[in-house]
Amino acid sequence: MHEFFAMGGYAFYVWMSFGLTFVVMVANCWLAARRHAATLRQIRRQLDTSDPLGPATVKEVVA
Amino acid sequence: MWKWFHQLASPPHIYRLAGFWAPWMLALALIGVGVGLYGGLIKAPADYQQGDAFRIIYVHVPSAYLSLLGYVIMAVASVIGLIWRMKLAHAVAVSAAPIGASFTFLALATGSLWGKPMWGTWWEWSDPRMMTELILLFLYLGYMTLHSAIEDRTRADRAGAVLAIVGVVNVVIVHYSVEWWSSLHQGQTVMNEDAVMPASMLTPLLIMIVSFSLFFGAVLFARLRSEVLLRERNARWVKRLVTGDASSLSKGAQHA
Repeated sequence: MHEFFAMGGYAFYVWMSFGLTFVVMVANCWLAARRHAATLRQIRRQLDTSDPLGPATVKEVVA
Repeated sequence: MWKWFHQLASPPHIYRLAGFWAPWMLALALIGVGVGLYGGLIKAPADYQQGDAFRIIYVHVPSAYLSLLGYVIMAVASVIGLIWRMKLAHAVAVSAAPIGASFTFLALATGSLWGKPMWGTWWEWSDPRMMTELILLFLYLGYMTLHSAIEDRTRADRAGAVLAIVGVVNVVIVHYSVEWWSSLHQGQTVMNEDAVMPASMLTPLLIMIVSFSLFFGAVLFARLRSEVLLRERNARWVKRLVTGDASSLSKGAQHA
């Protein structure tokens, strides 16, 4: 077991690489989820404060 | 055929499709990464030259592969967006950029961590593979900055698309850099006829590449959903979805 973690003396380089990969992957998931939540929040807010006709009829050119 | 294509590309359909596939792709990716890690860290023998340091390959090569794949996806989507004026294609390009950038960073970082014990240096400015990969990171960041700097979305899409397409030249150079110039960076590992990797080493690598790609796909789909919502925020289906009074689409709202 100790041998496994020692990685033949390259422990720092090997585990840093795998650790960084883990961090980047978790960050990717987290940022995507956060962005989705923020998008929903933003649209909801826009719906609340928009004019009484409702945004569905507003001919705002978005894209 | 045309009708099918039209339906496929319709924003609510894409939103639902991406929402359905993203969790499955993520689950498959995680299982694959688990299997790949077991094969790469435990089952595979140490390299006769590089010892256990060679195991960095199992995260370095898939990351580098995704850094290029992400850019190609971004560029192809940009071409489609420019030529056929397809808004969805631009949404794909915008969604791919941050993911590609993150894996480009990872390719550089793990490469550096591999280079230090093998070459004795973290970084070599004269190495073409490293330089072009660094330029790739700047291209991603440039695309993201440019796109967010332009207020008008249509103009931002077009300007970004042009940058993405021009930058494809760099992807070609990254790929062939180890063949065109001999440098510190070693040659290709996968599909190299002169130095065939034994199956015990190669199989986990291929599993990791496939799993990383699935992971990329899952995050791309998740980001695409946000991008589609934002771009379609005045459409009735989005309004219904966000306020939560359409049972057929409510799945997406729960996700957040």
